[in-house]
Amino acid sequence: MTETTTTKSGGGTSTVQPVLEGRGLVKTYGRVVALDGADFALYPGEVLAVIGDNGAGKSTLIKALSGAEIPDTGDMFLDGQQVSFKRPNEARAMGIETVYQTLAVAPALDIATNMYLGREVRKPGPLGSVFRMLDGAGMRKAAKAQMTELGIGTLQNMAQAVETLSGGQRQAVSVARAAAFGSRVIILDEPTAALGVRESAQVLRLIQNLRERGMPVILISHNMPQVFEVADRIHVQRLGKRAAVITPQSVSITDVVAIMTGALQVPAEDQTLGPVR
Amino acid sequence: MTDATATTAGYDAAEEFLDRQSPIQRLQGILHAYPWLSPAVVLVIALIIFSSITSLFAQPGNLGTITQQTAVTATLALGQTLIILTAGIDLSCGAVMVFSSMVMAKMAFDQGVAGLPALFLGIVVGGLAGLINGLLVTRVNLPPFIVTLGTLGIFTSLTLLYATGRTVRNRELADELKWLGKPVLLPGGFTITYGVLVMIALYLIFAYVLRYTAWGTHVYAVGDDPDAARLAGIQVNRVLLSVYATAGVIFGIAGWVLIGRVNAASPNSGIDANLDSITAVVIGGTSLFGGRGRVFGSLIGALIVGVVDNGLSVAGLDEAYKRLAIGTLIIVAVTADQWIRRARA
Repeated sequence: MTETTTTKSGGGTSTVQPVLEGRGLVKTYGRVVALDGADFALYPGEVLAVIGDNGAGKSTLIKALSGAEIPDTGDMFLDGQQVSFKRPNEARAMGIETVYQTLAVAPALDIATNMYLGREVRKPGPLGSVFRMLDGAGMRKAAKAQMTELGIGTLQNMAQAVETLSGGQRQAVSVARAAAFGSRVIILDEPTAALGVRESAQVLRLIQNLRERGMPVILISHNMPQVFEVADRIHVQRLGKRAAVITPQSVSITDVVAIMTGALQVPAEDQTLGPVR
Repeated sequence: MTDATATTAGYDAAEEFLDRQSPIQRLQGILHAYPWLSPAVVLVIALIIFSSITSLFAQPGNLGTITQQTAVTATLALGQTLIILTAGIDLSCGAVMVFSSMVMAKMAFDQGVAGLPALFLGIVVGGLAGLINGLLVTRVNLPPFIVTLGTLGIFTSLTLLYATGRTVRNRELADELKWLGKPVLLPGGFTITYGVLVMIALYLIFAYVLRYTAWGTHVYAVGDDPDAARLAGIQVNRVLLSVYATAGVIFGIAGWVLIGRVNAASPNSGIDANLDSITAVVIGGTSLFGGRGRVFGSLIGALIVGVVDNGLSVAGLDEAYKRLAIGTLIIVAVTADQWIRRARA
């Protein structure tokens, strides 16, 4: 439970470099300590679930990693290079994409427009440079290719307004957008919180598709069965720190809940479990 | 369905959804995709009704007059459309227009500024007025209704104080300021003015900008769902500020069109112009909740108002029917918008 465990993530189990790493992150809001020297490590090609009780600091941790909040102290590393983000666009520019729980798509706009929102592509030549004309057909084609690649087969018409889609399909558009632009890390913040059982299953399948493509994914979730279904490793956040990192195979849901609530203490040397493979 | 998609069996919800569409839902879908369609039908019906009431109505001369009468409101409605697309509203647009026209006229007449620089100054004043509205909306975080209700009073009184209650008359106006009143003869006996041409050019430009540029997409996104726009990396306040400033420039140009139309610059003109522009936008199918609508809908909306107005007077009917008809149309248009939005959400 001390900050001495921050020296080298991965311990002796592996020499693989984390894709995204945080060391000794501290964030306070007035008297409230949201992050109290938290560590974090995401390894290549894995789905890392981040769980924790309300107030454990998991959303603050994710906000720091995605650039939505600036940590007071602590260091962050992307592929071994030290980074600091002042706003989400800076994290995004470095290949870290975030999918939010609140179905963050504009309902009246179509699928392709939503996928390219804020990152529109102009036509080549003077039409694009002088007249600022967007390459609508090109963006629709690329959006379609992205959908097909992720196995979202039934979304055929990229000019369809997002509001005509189900909740799961809207979240699929968000995930596809993240996958299209997130070159290094995709963060999914409670992606199924607003969805029903069947739609949640669609999103979970998307997460598995992302992993099959070798994309490292951070999944924040309250839903234990979902976490155990898709995660390679589970980061348990408690009282602003990393309480443990465990694999779904080695620990039961009951034990994870016990770690979350503090009923079960994990020795410091077990907290930084390296990559599984 | 290929084998590849068959494996992702969970994603067949879209097809079920499409199959469940009733004819009513299909109609809603069409109205949603083409929001100017129902106002276009209303315009055609109005044209047919007035043509059958009186043969004077459908004369080329009279139809040309309608476009001239509509030019000022239609230009204002274009700027208003931009603002309403962001889920805002501008009650000060008419006051900004009159203020700009007074600046143009007095700069040239009193200060001895040449016509074109005076015209330019007037349009800049319109842009600055829009910028002030935009700053109050984005930086002070006030609702657009309240901001522009306040600036409506401020700009109106500034105009009266600046003009010292005096109208700049036709023969006192610089030639450049009267250009837009000059007639353009079209084949078939239609007579429009350069003001009508300027108005149409502005509509074409902004139809293009909204449809084909990133800025246009961002205007729709900000009005549709500001949170989603922000999460997508759009700087929402910067878009809003640019919309209010651009609308201000359009209102300034409307001031130029106004001078051409009334052949004078009067501080007392354009009293109801703000409400007329909102009426045109709403009848034109643009949603007051933002994110939905097309500029050409507003042009059709302005034409509907112009046709009803002109038709009643040509037919010799009581002008009171105009307010009845337009008022009813506003209620019907907003009800239809609610219906379309509810069904599609």
